[in-house]
Amino acid sequence: MTQTAGATTAHKIAFQAEKLSVSYGSVMAVKDVFLEIPQNQIVAFIGPSGCGKSTVLRCFNRMNDLIPSAKVEGRITFNGQDIYDKHVDAVELRRRVGMVFQRPNPFPKSIYQNIAFGAKINGYQGDMDELVERSLRDAALWDEVKDKLKASGLSLSGGQQQRLCIARAIAIEPEVILMDEPCSALDPISTLRVEELMQELKQKYTIVIVTHNMQQASRTSDYTAFYNAKATDQGGKMGYLVEYDRTEVIFQQPAQQSTQEYVSGRFG
Amino acid sequence: MTVQSPSTPSQSLWRPNRDRSRLIQTIVKCICGAFAAVSIITTLGIVATLLFETITFLQEIPLWQFLTDRKWTPLFASKEFGIFVLVSATVMISIISILVAMPLGLLAAICLSEYASPRMRKILKPVLEVLAGVPTVVYGYFALLTVTPSLQALLEFLTPLLNVFLAVLNALPFIAIESLPELKGFNSLSAGLVLGVMITPLVASLSEDAIYSVPQRLRDGAYALGTTKRETITSVVLPAALSGIVSSLILAISRAVGETMIVTLAAGANPTLGLNPFVPVMTMTAFIVQVTKGDAVHGSIAYQTLFAVGTTLFLITLALNIFSFWFVRRFREKYD
Repeated sequence: MTQTAGATTAHKIAFQAEKLSVSYGSVMAVKDVFLEIPQNQIVAFIGPSGCGKSTVLRCFNRMNDLIPSAKVEGRITFNGQDIYDKHVDAVELRRRVGMVFQRPNPFPKSIYQNIAFGAKINGYQGDMDELVERSLRDAALWDEVKDKLKASGLSLSGGQQQRLCIARAIAIEPEVILMDEPCSALDPISTLRVEELMQELKQKYTIVIVTHNMQQASRTSDYTAFYNAKATDQGGKMGYLVEYDRTEVIFQQPAQQSTQEYVSGRFG
Repeated sequence: MTVQSPSTPSQSLWRPNRDRSRLIQTIVKCICGAFAAVSIITTLGIVATLLFETITFLQEIPLWQFLTDRKWTPLFASKEFGIFVLVSATVMISIISILVAMPLGLLAAICLSEYASPRMRKILKPVLEVLAGVPTVVYGYFALLTVTPSLQALLEFLTPLLNVFLAVLNALPFIAIESLPELKGFNSLSAGLVLGVMITPLVASLSEDAIYSVPQRLRDGAYALGTTKRETITSVVLPAALSGIVSSLILAISRAVGETMIVTLAAGANPTLGLNPFVPVMTMTAFIVQVTKGDAVHGSIAYQTLFAVGTTLFLITLALNIFSFWFVRRFREKYD
């Protein structure tokens, strides 16, 4: 039923998940996921609530480590290396795999400091002013904030805050950016700006985005993974990957009935 | 099949007693208001009494004298009213106590909210709060009968070492220290140390609340940038909780300034101007105890001194609270 589609592409593989399962305590959140994330592409994860798409996303930078009860099984490789290997430092991994969250979470610091913080922590030796400007330009925020870099990051609007968080993520020059429903707290205009931004960022970064918005997935992504949830014997829900393929295939001629029903809006 | 229209309720079956509800509403409002008013009226009453008696006091003793006399002898024949003699003792002991409580309380708070497992937290937090429940008089005699003798023994033990240190210091130019200070039986040092232990749970508990309430997504944001746990705590969590931490410290200082039993028992009753923690002193609260225990005649100068000292104490804590209020308003981050 699950399939590792999209394997034959011209792009190199950034992430490869094999038989990935995540459980919280005794509750299995998502089971047996196989997929490959190609470099410099945008991969969208779609599916109904509770299907485990965010959980899978949070495995790629080991954010699940921070939840004491979370247990990850299976294997994920990043550029060929197993990221759950004992010798891999999760802190170093997160520097290379950035993340943007569902709700904008700028630090209670100035706009400038929000960007410079990650760079300083990671021992950036170059020109900080230049890095801040470049990151803000890349995140399409520079023109709006260049005259108030000392203002608090929290003083910005929601859409600006989210772009600040994107700027903060790209300031440390990661290879991948994970986005967990980055537009769910934004208005349509801010959403559009973030989507345009993603197309530009794709040149430099691999992007994995979780979204509830199917139009967003079809507009922005190159590949789409559809997850679904099924009831378990214990009465809970367990997520699994239904289908993963090029976005146009998923939206126009999916192999699975449930994918067809979901993308056409018949459930979910 | 005909579609039934929603049936119209028969009006006659519904007779809510609006008048009675309204009456009860009004009565409840009045009762709640009356209880709320009690605390306000009490405060106003205290402030009025303090001010009234203080003004009477200041008519006899000019404010200038109150602020500049170098001795505090209102109960003696030759009366002097240098309030700073008492203020210096209170300030010194409060500083010693906050120097103890700040590191202890903050580290405990960080440990509880960031490092302890939920189970540990559930056990440790109530235990910490038990410390706050120890009667202050117990702390007082603990300071007098346990801490002071221990400190004296420690000083004696360290004397040879300290003498060497002293000799080295005296060899330097411009420094001439005659001998090692002697720790008296009553002193501000042990009072301050024990007072610090007493207010530690206050700092720990309130700071912990502040740190714990920093939204998890800020920590996630920091971790996602490749920060370690320590970096996340020091650069993101603590700054975000700053206003709460500072207000907990200020509340603890106000508590220390107003503390009576420990300082009365352990710090002595000997008004001394200066900041030497080794000698007996008298704090503002200790003076108030001394006078109220004795028989100050109503309307006498000793009686009025009581209120002048009380007002000074009140003004100090009021200033601290206003500062805390301002600081929190100024630095609180709003996360919806």
